[in-house]
Amino acid sequence: MLVSEKHGLTAEIESLAEKYGRTREALLPILQEIQMRHGYISEFAQQEIANFLDIHPVEVYGVVTFYAFLSRKPEGRYIVKLCQTIACDLADKEAIARAIERELNIKFGETTQDTKFTLQYINCMGMCDQGPAMLVNDDVYTHLTPHKAVEIIKSYK
Amino acid sequence: MPIMNDTIQFNVGEHRLALEKALKLTPQDIVMEIREAGLKGRGGAGFPTGTKWLLALSAVAEKKFVICNADEGEPGTFKDRVLLDEYTNLVIDGMTIGGYAIQATEGIIYLRGEYKYLLNKLERFLDEKRENNQLGNNILGTGFNFDIKIRLGSGAYVCGEETALIESLEGHRGEARNRPPFPVNTGFMGYPTIVNNVETFASAAIIISKGADWFKKIGISKSYGTKLVSISGDCKKPGVYEVPFGISIRDLLKMVEADEAKAVQVGGASGQCVPESQFDRKISFEDLSTGGSVMIFNKSRDMLHILKNFMEFFVEESCGQCSPCRIGNKKLLEGIELIEQGKCSYTYLNELIELGKSMQLASKCGLGQSSPNPFISILTNFENEVFSTK
Repeated sequence: MLVSEKHGLTAEIESLAEKYGRTREALLPILQEIQMRHGYISEFAQQEIANFLDIHPVEVYGVVTFYAFLSRKPEGRYIVKLCQTIACDLADKEAIARAIERELNIKFGETTQDTKFTLQYINCMGMCDQGPAMLVNDDVYTHLTPHKAVEIIKSYK
Repeated sequence: MPIMNDTIQFNVGEHRLALEKALKLTPQDIVMEIREAGLKGRGGAGFPTGTKWLLALSAVAEKKFVICNADEGEPGTFKDRVLLDEYTNLVIDGMTIGGYAIQATEGIIYLRGEYKYLLNKLERFLDEKRENNQLGNNILGTGFNFDIKIRLGSGAYVCGEETALIESLEGHRGEARNRPPFPVNTGFMGYPTIVNNVETFASAAIIISKGADWFKKIGISKSYGTKLVSISGDCKKPGVYEVPFGISIRDLLKMVEADEAKAVQVGGASGQCVPESQFDRKISFEDLSTGGSVMIFNKSRDMLHILKNFMEFFVEESCGQCSPCRIGNKKLLEGIELIEQGKCSYTYLNELIELGKSMQLASKCGLGQSSPNPFISILTNFENEVFSTK
């Protein structure tokens, strides 16, 4: 990471600490916002957040690793989260997964080379009556068919 | 019992004065009305809401909190999503009434990250309530101050457990606490806190609006009122339905046009798998308790595949702090893989069931205490299908 990028990130974290408060309760909102803007929470960001909140970096690391929606490694700009839990599974989420994999030429758990898409499975997202369902970042898509899913992905290109 | 409705019949217009009515009562009156109505927690655990509120009201502290548990993560549950989306006013008024009843000034909605798409709409709604003086300082001129903020989850099923939720709000890993002390005494930031499900707050507002006597006319003894159920799986009409407590599985299936059902999973992944021979059992706290999840499996479904999906879920979602849950779920999943390969003996199967029973007793929170339920109930009720023929 370039020094100028580091400075930029530090300033960003400082402004978030001002916004949410320099207390422990502010940790998750700060992490969520860094995750949203940068697609991941780097070790440097974790250190800086720990400094501003006056807690040990390992506390930040512990929280980042606990939550499924927080990541320590860069992910794609668009994170495709396909629901893998039972209702969507029975509605043939496998067919959706295979179609998306073929289209992007990567497997679930991977990121495309141009860092545009990351494919992930998630646990029940509460769309069980409309499965198969997926999230692309925060947008919800339901009643998927393999064809429809691929068209949705393409619309993000 | 006849089926009351085939969709939600919460009449928003009818309950629009619930908050105004509540603020004319004393906090004690509200708590007594809720107790009288016999309202029990709609999230699944079924703790009496009035008792919870009374304990929090009696607690002496400079600050108290109201938390709305909108971390609806149980597989097959989506009724809170519909309530937050379409019956927002009822939920927010219910929280405000709860705040007044325990004399709190701050409310927090813990919204699961998966429902982030609802956030802007909810924020706008809270702004509207503030403009209408139904939130904020001196609500409706009564001198009562109460405001609500929304916090997002980040994809952790265990945060639906109230103490794990509080840990998460405080900026920690979502690991459940030992209870006691209970949140009503030592909750968010150490202050007395009530944590209630979205539907519980909506029901509380309805009780204040219509009265405990009206509420008690619906349902059956010990389980009063209606319940929202989220129905998914093999049926023609999946969705959210408001049904009276005491409705049988058979009637539910008729309502959603599920003709070929062989099993119904009640209460989500952590609930019970009910075979056809028991379809006369009833949705209620004393028989089949559910936070709202009802999943239907037809005769073409492989019960072992379903069970494996549930156990994979629990292995991923166990927070890992206590060993019965961390290791136990893994062992049960490995057992399922052995069954798949035709390598599991009856002796080992019995050991796994015993392990499941130990987890029910020894796990620290509801996750590990209930995660063996599908394993035990599916292997008990469908032994022939999933085990003997392998």
